[in-house]
Amino acid sequence: MQCNFCDKKATVFLTQLVDGEMKKMCLCEECAEEKGVTDPAGFSLADSVMGEVQGSGQSEIAAGPGEGIPCPVCGFTFGKFQQVGRLGCSECYTTFSDEISRRLGGMHKGVVHVGRVPEGLVEAHARQQRLDQLRNRLEQAIAAENYEEAAGLRDEIHEVETSVVTQP
Amino acid sequence: MMRFSTLLKHPADWMTGAAEGSGVVLTSRVRLARNLRREPFPGWSTKERRVAVLKRVKPEVEALPEMKNGFSQELDGLTSLQKQVLVERHLISREQAARGEGSAAIVNRKQALCLMINEEDHLRMQSIRPGLALSEAYELVSSVDAQLESSLDFAFDHELGYLSACPTNLGTGMRASAMLHLPGLVLSDQIAQVLQAVGKLQLAVRGFFGEGTESLGNLFQISNQSTLGESEETIIRRLERVIEQVTSHERNARLKLFEDDADMVFDRVGRAYGTLRHAHVIASKEALNLLSLLRLGAELDFFPSETGGTCDSLLMEIQPAHLQLHSGKKLTPEKRDAIRAEIIRTRLQSLEPPVMKEQQAGEEWTPPSDTIVDS
Repeated sequence: MQCNFCDKKATVFLTQLVDGEMKKMCLCEECAEEKGVTDPAGFSLADSVMGEVQGSGQSEIAAGPGEGIPCPVCGFTFGKFQQVGRLGCSECYTTFSDEISRRLGGMHKGVVHVGRVPEGLVEAHARQQRLDQLRNRLEQAIAAENYEEAAGLRDEIHEVETSVVTQP
Repeated sequence: MMRFSTLLKHPADWMTGAAEGSGVVLTSRVRLARNLRREPFPGWSTKERRVAVLKRVKPEVEALPEMKNGFSQELDGLTSLQKQVLVERHLISREQAARGEGSAAIVNRKQALCLMINEEDHLRMQSIRPGLALSEAYELVSSVDAQLESSLDFAFDHELGYLSACPTNLGTGMRASAMLHLPGLVLSDQIAQVLQAVGKLQLAVRGFFGEGTESLGNLFQISNQSTLGESEETIIRRLERVIEQVTSHERNARLKLFEDDADMVFDRVGRAYGTLRHAHVIASKEALNLLSLLRLGAELDFFPSETGGTCDSLLMEIQPAHLQLHSGKKLTPEKRDAIRAEIIRTRLQSLEPPVMKEQQAGEEWTPPSDTIVDS
């Protein structure tokens, strides 16, 4: 078989799914290397051979139907995430929080961050985690019809919410 | 700032096995992923925005005291060969090598720290140390993180931790890994069993060269898979414990091989020595596997102790881009195999044949514990 890019004999054969479409290619050793196809991570492939599919910006922000509501900050859609496995910007985690949290369970040891916190956020982080914890307990208390405990928890939540966080 | 040629002329301590303690564990590496708040991730950004991020982040990185007299290079200023050489040295990732304008790599003088701007995330910081030294590597990269967070607004969420382009890096954004040389476990057919046990602990194992489970040169990389729900210290402690256990399994496997059939081990090492010393055409796969046996021989004291370091340097020098750089021109695969053989012969020309000392064959073997446990 002949290489798709020159006249040499093809030794590298490649099949890839791009936007749900099967693309096949035959390349000779030289062209394969030049185009980065032999790269096992395969990341350069889309960029160098099939045109830059990611990051072309504006054209893709006009998302097609069925891709869902775009992120207000970067225009990324959840449909795109399902194709490329990466998100558009930090705000996407808020925009698509329900869909993402459903997928986190099997991926990691837990679903809540433990570990390093940026220095300026340490206090706010501790407060937020305390609030999340109290709200969880409140929900459980209400579900168990334990209204006395629920009232206590509600007061405690209110107290934490109105406490002043000293800004760095 | 350091030039590309200077960087190449002086490989890091962890590349050449020059440092103490690089036996079964060759290197330890810790990387952190960080992103700027509300800024499109590199994969979804436009060229203009990527360049803007680069302009924002690069001066901050270059100004770090750790980066004094370091190497700083925008990717579009490198040829594809130069990028490939950096990939072969593990200073940049394959993903970054595929990038051009708006992407940069900054490496410190000692090459223990490398920061990539606009790879998959806006900032990837990694530290590499010889031997099993994950905590040391983490401390180094963590101090850089702490300095940069005062001037850069990193995206952080109270529940999800550091926000990354891919959800598999959420939380700590940390991937810690070690490269292990496990010829004893491979030769004694125990490798699959050990790697399976490691895999059950939510740690990832892969062959260091080659794809999937295939491993060339008996080199394996063990890393954490989960980044959310555990602290950096917990992840590193768990990883270190497992690596220590794999290391002791490897040592036991070597002793057992020796006890069962010392002649076989000596024969394998001797044949590797003979082929590497005298081959004129050698493919990458064969070379990596034979160098692994030579390295094993060095650790069993068949060769002078510095031989292990020579093997580690050769692992790097015989890769395709290094060969091309060495010869100064584009090479056909056939020519590459010839130059590879030539470099190996030259490097090993004064290496004496292996010698097996009498007492080695009689060393005591203690049976390994059955499984690897996350105690």
